[in-house]
Amino acid sequence: MSADAERFVRMYRQMVAIRFFEERVNDLYTRALMPGLAHLYIGEEAIAVGICEALRTDDYITSTHRGHGHCLAKGASPHLMFAELLGKEAGYCKGKGGSMHIADPATGNLGANAIVGGGAGIATGAAFAAKFLEQGRVAVCFFGEGALGQGVLYESMNLAQLWTLPVIYACENNLYNEYTHCSETTAGDMLARPRAFGIDSEAVDGQDVRAVNTAAVRLVERARRGEGPGFLLLDTYRYRGHHVGDIAREYYRSKQEEQEWVTGRDPIALHRAWLESKGLMGRDAFERIDVEVAAEMDAAVEFAMKAPYPDPSRVDEDVYA
Amino acid sequence: MPDMSFGDAIRMALAEEMRRDPRVVLLGEDVAEAGTTFKVLKGLVDEFGCTRVIDTPISEPGFTGLAVGAAMAGMRPVVDIMFGDFLALIMDQVVNQAAKIHYMSGGKWKVPMVVRATMGASRRSAAQHSQSLHAWPSHIPGLKVAMPSTPYDAKGLLKAAIRDDNPVIIFEDKISYTKVKGPVPEDDYVVPLGVADIKRQGRDITLVATSSMVQVALGAAAMLEEIGIDAEIVDPRTTWPLDEKTLIESARKTSRAMVIDEGYFRYGVTGEIASVIAEGAFYDLDGPVRRLGARHVPIPFSPVLEDVTVPTERDVFDLARTMCNK
Ligand SMILES: Cc1ncc(C[n+]2csc(CCOP(=O)(O)OP(=O)(O)O)c2C)c(N)n1
Repeated sequence: MSADAERFVRMYRQMVAIRFFEERVNDLYTRALMPGLAHLYIGEEAIAVGICEALRTDDYITSTHRGHGHCLAKGASPHLMFAELLGKEAGYCKGKGGSMHIADPATGNLGANAIVGGGAGIATGAAFAAKFLEQGRVAVCFFGEGALGQGVLYESMNLAQLWTLPVIYACENNLYNEYTHCSETTAGDMLARPRAFGIDSEAVDGQDVRAVNTAAVRLVERARRGEGPGFLLLDTYRYRGHHVGDIAREYYRSKQEEQEWVTGRDPIALHRAWLESKGLMGRDAFERIDVEVAAEMDAAVEFAMKAPYPDPSRVDEDVYA
Repeated sequence: MPDMSFGDAIRMALAEEMRRDPRVVLLGEDVAEAGTTFKVLKGLVDEFGCTRVIDTPISEPGFTGLAVGAAMAGMRPVVDIMFGDFLALIMDQVVNQAAKIHYMSGGKWKVPMVVRATMGASRRSAAQHSQSLHAWPSHIPGLKVAMPSTPYDAKGLLKAAIRDDNPVIIFEDKISYTKVKGPVPEDDYVVPLGVADIKRQGRDITLVATSSMVQVALGAAAMLEEIGIDAEIVDPRTTWPLDEKTLIESARKTSRAMVIDEGYFRYGVTGEIASVIAEGAFYDLDGPVRRLGARHVPIPFSPVLEDVTVPTERDVFDLARTMCNK
């Protein structure tokens, strides 16, 4: 297989991995085996995968409350993620962070964040450091369109463009800020906002993993060459509730709308059809991926379920470095 | 009088005040159709429409600042801060603007606004969605801070806050919304800001408890009764103005006092109240005033860790028992 073909297959597999991971998260929640809540990334997989495929392991990301997809796409281990989600000592944050705070220096993950817009300053600062220290790294700041309401995002983008920082702002527009449609919270043209700072900005179909990847590669390479920040506006949809407990959704969005995205614009189905049409993968290969990924995720859940909780005495550790 | 949940009492207070005064508006994220994440405002938009129950962008500093200006210009805005942790985002508007405008203008401008924020851990929501930050505004001259513990107080304090000509921050315990129930009159009553309430009469020890910790103290008092200790529970209801007289009188009567609060222990509400009691009741106390508060760590996610960060009935019981030498 050519390098391109390998990349397309890898992206397919990674999207399946995120979806299977999230389905198991939902299952753990429904069976009351997971403490707290989680915000599922199902439906949005092409964004994390298409962008992270354009990154090196030592590039940085900041993630959000809906962050499992970003973490996995950046190379996190499902074993250690499930352990974290269940509050176990073996988890990425020793059980201290949970679903909304997974962080992993080994894969450049500066951390998921439960404050909407909370990653904007951090990603921009990591890009500042990468430039200052001449490391050739870039930073990607993932956020939902809800974060367009936060002033810190604009202050950060202004700094990034002024100081030519290698940071990409990736706005995942899944249409809803929790339970309110973005048209009720966002004035004007979303893309005009980064453009007002002179940031190289592009709108992309967030359900098309190849389109996302192509756009990301362009902006990442530009940033790495020292030409400054970029902004991606990615149209997408979360198939499930705002969080796992958000079941009755019809008061804010219709079943029909949900169905249209699920059946017509599913990132995995679309990419699968393309791979098939190009003769890059056949039915057997897809099935093999499903079986392998399912086995990996089941093993990860089992590992996490069996892993011990931290000793309560660990509560006082890690407050200070 | 029917029993009502804490959350329903808050909704009732808002509905009554909005009927009474057309200048009262609600601002916040997902407050209209969704009725907030906690469903506390559910239905208000049906009665008052989306011109008075207003969904905002996720722009806490922006809409809080807007409320400051709207209050100065004749309205009575009530701002909803979904998680008290987001107080960190609005502190400039609250501390540098709302709190100081009356004083800086020589008493010429008033800022009659209310910020409703939540507090409380134990929901496995981790460090950025679990804090109890009521000590912060309590520290600032020009702000009033209320912390209801019962549905009755929740209704009465909120109504008083809306009618007050100053910025008032109200902290609502998230778990109490559905878990705490109690009688709530249909009448138009207010609970004045600055008046403590004795939640349980007792002779042997004073337990000063705020918000979520009132239920904990009541549970502990029942356990203490079984070993012959009769605890009095005093709920200050507002951290500022603070009803120092009631706190001191209770401590003088029982000769022992403990303060329990879900905020951080260091430089927090317990420290302030303990010092008020120590100064005012010193010669009648059998020993130092003791305190229980949140452990000095960011609230961890894992249940086994989170459960040791907030005072429990057992903690209160054990400490009270030691203080009473039983
Ligand atoms: C500063 C802040 N305000 C409010 C919230 C509560 N909250 C959590 S997620 C969310 C909606 C976020 O929408 P968006 O950014 O579009 O991301 P999505 O959930 O759609 O992925 C809100 C309001 C928060 N976590 N942080």
